[in-house]
Amino acid sequence: MKQLTATMAGTVLNIRVSQGESVSAGQMVMTLESMKMEIPVEAEFSGQVEKVNVEVGSFVNEGDTLVTLGE
Amino acid sequence: MKKILIANRGEIARRIIRTCDRLGIETIAIHSEADGELPFVSEATEAAAIGPNPVAQSYLQADKIIEEALNRNAQAIHPGYGLLSENADFARKVQEAGLIFIGPKPEVIDTMGDKLGSRRTMMDAGVPVVPGTKDGVQDSAAAIAAAQEIGYPLMLKASAGGGGIGMVLCESEQALTQQFDSVKNRAKAYFGDDIVYLEKFIANARHIEVQIFGDEHGNIVHLFERNCSVQRRNQKVIEESPSPDLPESTRQKLCEAAVKAGRAVNYTNAGTVEFIVDENNEFYFLEMNTRLQVEHPITEEVTGVDLVEWQVNIARGEALPAQDAIKTTGHSIEYRIYAEDPKTFFPSPGTLSSLKWGAGARIETGYEEGNKVTPFYDPMIAKVILTGTSREEVLEKSRKFFSETAIEGVKTNLPLFDKFIESKPFIEGNYATAVLAQWLTQQKEEKTV
Repeated sequence: MKQLTATMAGTVLNIRVSQGESVSAGQMVMTLESMKMEIPVEAEFSGQVEKVNVEVGSFVNEGDTLVTLGE
Repeated sequence: MKKILIANRGEIARRIIRTCDRLGIETIAIHSEADGELPFVSEATEAAAIGPNPVAQSYLQADKIIEEALNRNAQAIHPGYGLLSENADFARKVQEAGLIFIGPKPEVIDTMGDKLGSRRTMMDAGVPVVPGTKDGVQDSAAAIAAAQEIGYPLMLKASAGGGGIGMVLCESEQALTQQFDSVKNRAKAYFGDDIVYLEKFIANARHIEVQIFGDEHGNIVHLFERNCSVQRRNQKVIEESPSPDLPESTRQKLCEAAVKAGRAVNYTNAGTVEFIVDENNEFYFLEMNTRLQVEHPITEEVTGVDLVEWQVNIARGEALPAQDAIKTTGHSIEYRIYAEDPKTFFPSPGTLSSLKWGAGARIETGYEEGNKVTPFYDPMIAKVILTGTSREEVLEKSRKFFSETAIEGVKTNLPLFDKFIESKPFIEGNYATAVLAQWLTQQKEEKTV
């Protein structure tokens, strides 16, 4: 199992993937907003979404898990 | 006027408090939960917690802010810049509540907030605008027809757009056809208004703006120009006054055109008329900002005028001095320090564990060592303003300042400045708005060689 984590603190603006979906490395999975800027979050590796750990509007800190990916 | 509520935060709130203290006017700071620890809250005479961290629930709560002003017996509201400062509905509500809005009339904010409307107003007043359509274009066929007159490349823009959103550069008819629907749809989604229009693209343009003031007695004056061409992602990074590499005759014409623009709408209080200036020193009206500008301190440094004091005086009904009483001497440069990665420009919130400023600068900051830069608001940590008798002297002072300055705890764009100010276009002063992006690309290429 691999985790996609937040590289900076911010608010979840939108989520583009859902549980069970297959994603490929480089695919955009969600957008965070920090300091009035939108930051796309891309999957660092391919896999199947086991869990989306946040909701739209959630506040996340640096290092928080956003999405858990399985093989 | 004995008490003013400041509907803003951070450095600009502190800046307004400083002038009010000197004038013997009490201040009310409003703040979100996260901002409670910041200096502007303790420096105001009174402070009111206004709501949770997101701006929509705190600094944009117009009714709550007005209620706070009334309950605490303020006579006026200063909106600062950003947030509610260019919101005509807010200005109107402030007036309806019997308070003074320190800014222009709501109708003027409305006119200038609409790009196409302000273009038409300026065309009618004889102020040069970028060649383009006078009205909105309905569909891609109409756009293509109009584009034949204007010529490529051109900009396709949303009339209600702003902040770099809702505009696209089209190099050809094919690009225009492809982009038309998407810009129109995005304009509808972002701004609730799908009117789009065309403007000629001005290559190698400089962004030069003129500070103006108007009073209730019909006087309009200018306080000369600022060159704001060093930008990243359409946002200003370095500004200077006077503008380098600008002939005196063009400077005079620019300032006169700005006064004409102000006169066309009976402008009151502080405003900035933005122009783009091409390689042949031809200039065109771009837009008007109906508020105090972030970079106002460089104008204060070269003119010796406290712009916030003038705003307050005009709001109290006082008259402006005559144009020929306003003089400019020396040179001033402002550097905006952002909490961001200097390479990717991505934001970098965190705690300012160490904050050491060099000597010789005017520092406008909303933070002190130990404060948190939170992800809820814009990434600007400070404005550093250096002033001297000549541009060369200011550059020399800048070198010394940046060599002595260190910020720890968040990433900042500080590393960019000490290299960029040594770059050929910046030293020569003949730079256009693409200068920073071009320089960064060049830096990357040099490193990979």
